[in-house]
Amino acid sequence: MIEIRGDKKVLVTPVSAEDLEGIHVGDVVWLDGDLVTCRDVAHRRLVEYGRELPYDVRDKAILHAGPITRPIEGVAEGEPDYEMVSVGPTTSSRMEKFEYEFVKATGVRVIVGKGGMGPNTERACREFGAIHCVFPAGCAVVAATEVERIAEHHWDELGMPETLWCCKVREFGPLIVSIDADGRNLFEENKVEFNRRKDEAIERISAQVGFIE
Amino acid sequence: MTHDEQVRLMTDKIAKFVEHTAKVLPDDVRAKIDELQAAEKKPLACAIYQTMQKNQDLARELWRPSCQDTGVLQYWVKCGTAFPLIGDLEALLKEATVQATFAAPLRHNSVQTFDEVNTRKNVGKGTPTVFWDIVPGWDGCEVYTYMAGGGCSLPGRAMVLMPGAGYEGVTKFVLDQMTSYGINACPPLLVGVGVATSVETAALLSKKALMRPIGSHNENERAAKMERLLEEGINSIGLGPQGMGGCASVMGVNIENTARHPSTIGVAVNVGCWSHRRGHVVFDADLNATVTTHSGVEL
Repeated sequence: MIEIRGDKKVLVTPVSAEDLEGIHVGDVVWLDGDLVTCRDVAHRRLVEYGRELPYDVRDKAILHAGPITRPIEGVAEGEPDYEMVSVGPTTSSRMEKFEYEFVKATGVRVIVGKGGMGPNTERACREFGAIHCVFPAGCAVVAATEVERIAEHHWDELGMPETLWCCKVREFGPLIVSIDADGRNLFEENKVEFNRRKDEAIERISAQVGFIE
Repeated sequence: MTHDEQVRLMTDKIAKFVEHTAKVLPDDVRAKIDELQAAEKKPLACAIYQTMQKNQDLARELWRPSCQDTGVLQYWVKCGTAFPLIGDLEALLKEATVQATFAAPLRHNSVQTFDEVNTRKNVGKGTPTVFWDIVPGWDGCEVYTYMAGGGCSLPGRAMVLMPGAGYEGVTKFVLDQMTSYGINACPPLLVGVGVATSVETAALLSKKALMRPIGSHNENERAAKMERLLEEGINSIGLGPQGMGGCASVMGVNIENTARHPSTIGVAVNVGCWSHRRGHVVFDADLNATVTTHSGVEL
């Protein structure tokens, strides 16, 4: 569902396809609830090896990220045994080749990462009702302070970056929508203009670097 | 001080410095980010810069790594042949990396290739990477520390151009990386360019270029001109922070060069993200340490 808190639009898990209908590329949203770190190996295991994720992310959010976590000493059975030290998004394009199948299989609604993704993700967002958002990367302490606790962790054998850290978050953001549920892609739209300017720059510079005479 | 005590002392100092560089950006990067933020006009870009600044403040206050990807550690060593610990350096840099990993804490970023197992110590076969320069007769040692994150390592490219491609080809090679891969590598970037004779010579220089301070220039006049032209040109693309549009794209462009074979132009690009965690410390023969990149750090 969606909650409006002051000037913040907050997506609260479980998120439905209808919740995402009024959200468009370039919008800034925030997230409450379930956010699970999920990156290269988790995607590969699910898509290529057909393994089921050990945590259900249907109508929830994943974060392309490998955090720094620290064990909490002396906790009681069932209490959170790790704290989030630093967490921020990793390059989402690495997961592009898996994302259509991933969204289809898991029913995840919100994908958080950094940088752009491509046609597989656009198609998944359009067909299954999902969005991709960018959290400003390199801002890992801001993000860590928006994690209330690590409720569970799975696939620990993969090591710290690749473990599925299942977080409960509160007003996690800012999340800048880069692919919306209509399949519009902010990065790809911007790239058209970026490439035009790049070609102009190459021409301008080339005229001044004829050092081999 | 015994030899073992000397090794212990230098290990501790390097470990402490590495931890510091994970949590506080160098002075030149902070100043450049302030400058780019002040000049930014797009509301979304301004909001991103504000989050970046808030993050650096929080990292210092809570004393945590400011970015979760604390990279594979690289050490660029310029060591005098008379430095007392020259023979211990590689081993102590590895030990210092492990020490910083648990103290900071840093992320476990060493996956043994082929075995595909994370060592959980942040060191592995050949990591941290140590690059050597030897200075005959000197009794001191300089160390650049660098956290090579995944995001800023991904855009790395090198190739050998034919001389017919000229510096025009170098220009195109550099700019093409900016809109394809650079955009995802956490701009505003520091761009390192190597111009040399082959892929490995150019690649090494392109990373070495990232150790140079922002705003410094190549001593060759034409190379310095090309740094300025590339900086202006990449900025005109307007990647903005996070590649989401803005007034600038880069913190700077640094070119390092060597001579080339008449038949080749080796060219390479490496980028540093906005969170450019580079440090520089100089040791004298008594292991007194002087940090040049981060003001107010005593080791």
